[in-house]
Amino acid sequence: MDKFEVLTGVAAPLPMINVDTDMIIPKQFLKTIKRTGLGKSLFFEMRYDDAGKENPEFVLNKAAYRNAKILVSGANFGCGSSREHAPWSILDFGIRCVIAPSFADIFYNNCFKNGILPIKLPQEICDKLMKAAENGANATFTVDLQAQEIQMPDGEKVPFSTDAFRRHCLLNGLDDIGLTLEKKPKIDTYETARKTEQPWV
Amino acid sequence: MTEPRTLFDKIWASHLVDRQEDGTCLIYIDRHLVHEVTSPQAFEGLALAGRKVHRPMQTLAVADHNVPTTDRSKGIADPESRTQVDTLEANGKAFGIRVFGMSDDRQGIVHIVGPEQGFTLPGMTIVCGDSHTSTHGAFGSLAFGIGTSEVEHVLATQTLVQAPAKNMRIRVEGKLPAGATAKDIVLKIIGTIGTAGGTGYVIEYAGEAIRNLSMEGRMTICNMSIEGGARAGLIAPDETTFAYIKGRPMAPQGADWDKAVAYWSTLVTDEGAKFDTEIVIDAAEIIPQVTWGTSPEDVVPITGAVPNPDDADDEGKAKAMRRSLEYMGLTAGQKIEEVKIDRVFIGSCTNGRIEDLRAAAAVAKGRKVDPSVKAMVVPGSGLVKKQAEAEGLDAVFREAGFEWREPGCSMCLAMNADKLEPGERCASTSNRNFEGRQGRGGRTHLVSPEIAAASAITGYLTDVRKFQA
Ligand code: SF4
Repeated sequence: MDKFEVLTGVAAPLPMINVDTDMIIPKQFLKTIKRTGLGKSLFFEMRYDDAGKENPEFVLNKAAYRNAKILVSGANFGCGSSREHAPWSILDFGIRCVIAPSFADIFYNNCFKNGILPIKLPQEICDKLMKAAENGANATFTVDLQAQEIQMPDGEKVPFSTDAFRRHCLLNGLDDIGLTLEKKPKIDTYETARKTEQPWV
Repeated sequence: MTEPRTLFDKIWASHLVDRQEDGTCLIYIDRHLVHEVTSPQAFEGLALAGRKVHRPMQTLAVADHNVPTTDRSKGIADPESRTQVDTLEANGKAFGIRVFGMSDDRQGIVHIVGPEQGFTLPGMTIVCGDSHTSTHGAFGSLAFGIGTSEVEHVLATQTLVQAPAKNMRIRVEGKLPAGATAKDIVLKIIGTIGTAGGTGYVIEYAGEAIRNLSMEGRMTICNMSIEGGARAGLIAPDETTFAYIKGRPMAPQGADWDKAVAYWSTLVTDEGAKFDTEIVIDAAEIIPQVTWGTSPEDVVPITGAVPNPDDADDEGKAKAMRRSLEYMGLTAGQKIEEVKIDRVFIGSCTNGRIEDLRAAAAVAKGRKVDPSVKAMVVPGSGLVKKQAEAEGLDAVFREAGFEWREPGCSMCLAMNADKLEPGERCASTSNRNFEGRQGRGGRTHLVSPEIAAASAITGYLTDVRKFQA
């Protein structure tokens, strides 16, 4: 997993609530057995028309936002299925930070496992960021994870907070499995005790 | 005296392997279900790192999302779908995991197969790379969906890194009126708390109306916890639970059975335990429900009308409602029972169990599907299908004009060949009515199996009580 330290890039506004995982990446793209290559299908149904042509109205098709690295959206972002294809497609497009008033739990977790930083901020602050993001190519934000701060285009700084352990993993690009395997003796002890008490497990 | 604890607290505590200073926990996972869509990248990760599956016997794999529901003797036509299903079987062999293949009677939707085999048991932690893993909470097990990276983590370590959830209890008190089902209870709950209402919580369902439900009904409720934002739902195990489990192929036997039941009987929320949120719903007020929009919280009684965005609490909500109405091709104020449908889908992990098929068949018996409607029944598993056929339900459905299919997820998410055409409207017993869920441009109304069957017959969304009088 790539480290996440400081990210500078254009923020794209997607002012919708309940953006679900079917919208982020519809099921026809879940048939892959790879993690990569999903970026072109991100937000497929909003991004392309029935003939597969780009919809010029959709934010990520506008010249200013084609290289967006940050997404600002509405409440309950990522609701729906557990598909990790959702964060994979976001990452593959080049977006590494999503800002919203709230996130669905599974999506939120999945982001951290893929080096994406989801930032939860109160509605009024999201509204402010959304407004700034609407400034097209001028909507460059800098997200500093160590300092837990977003710098807006006008220089104003917005603080945010993240869970300490997850921040540590993201800053260092740590693989969860490796960390857990260091606790193997504890897992073994647990399994032995459980086997005696509940042999049916 | 120890502090009174909730059912969730008890299960959590009994699975704690380690606790970090910041409160994050390493919890043990007893059962891991695997399907073909969310696992290939996890197995690939294991192989690349040279890791093995830590406890293959605690893992069970089955293909469900991509499998055809028509004649399977010719295999899967779509090459990508076929690759995923083949990859699952190959990974099963390579890593020593049991796989129920496409020709196995036991194949079916992963959340139907687990309980059916006795793989799902009370007091356990159960995960699957699928959000509807919440289904298994009906047995009083802590069951939740995970992403593919976590699937890999569980395969390698049989544990997960998790923060404890908050406790919510929803009590559905009193008796359910005639015509209302478990599906109506859960739709009503989601309509009440909203699709984000359960975020960060595990919901325990309690109260007389829940206790009175069969295991099938309880699974329908827990299944849709995720539509209310909660990763897991829980119902304390009782005699109904034990009777369902007893004798299933993977259930404990003999002395182990007695020991297990004694333990399972302790899995209740203690008197006086604290919940962060508690909600009470009066069962008597639950009228059969139907969704009108593109979010599962968009529910109205079948006797009601399409709501008006102008009445919404805030502009964001009003905007979402207008978008939904346009997508759904409905107008505010339109009576629900005047909405014409084109398709009916009976199946999915929400309502694809034997009891659901019996309920739908009871409505369909001796009646005919309206000629304007294409209706299909997709049993949740091979064993459900077999049982239904033994009871003659397939004949009832066929005579009424329903198609009788092979088991799988089918048109719940339309990853296989079963899908809606743009603009087609469907009464569906599944769990999600998102835009495009059942096919691009398709319009979904979530309902109970009874309403789905009644609607197939009239060609309109229909109050099933008219058929039950
Ligand atoms: S039936 Fe539908 S919700 Fe259930 S596992 Fe299959 S696709 Fe998911």
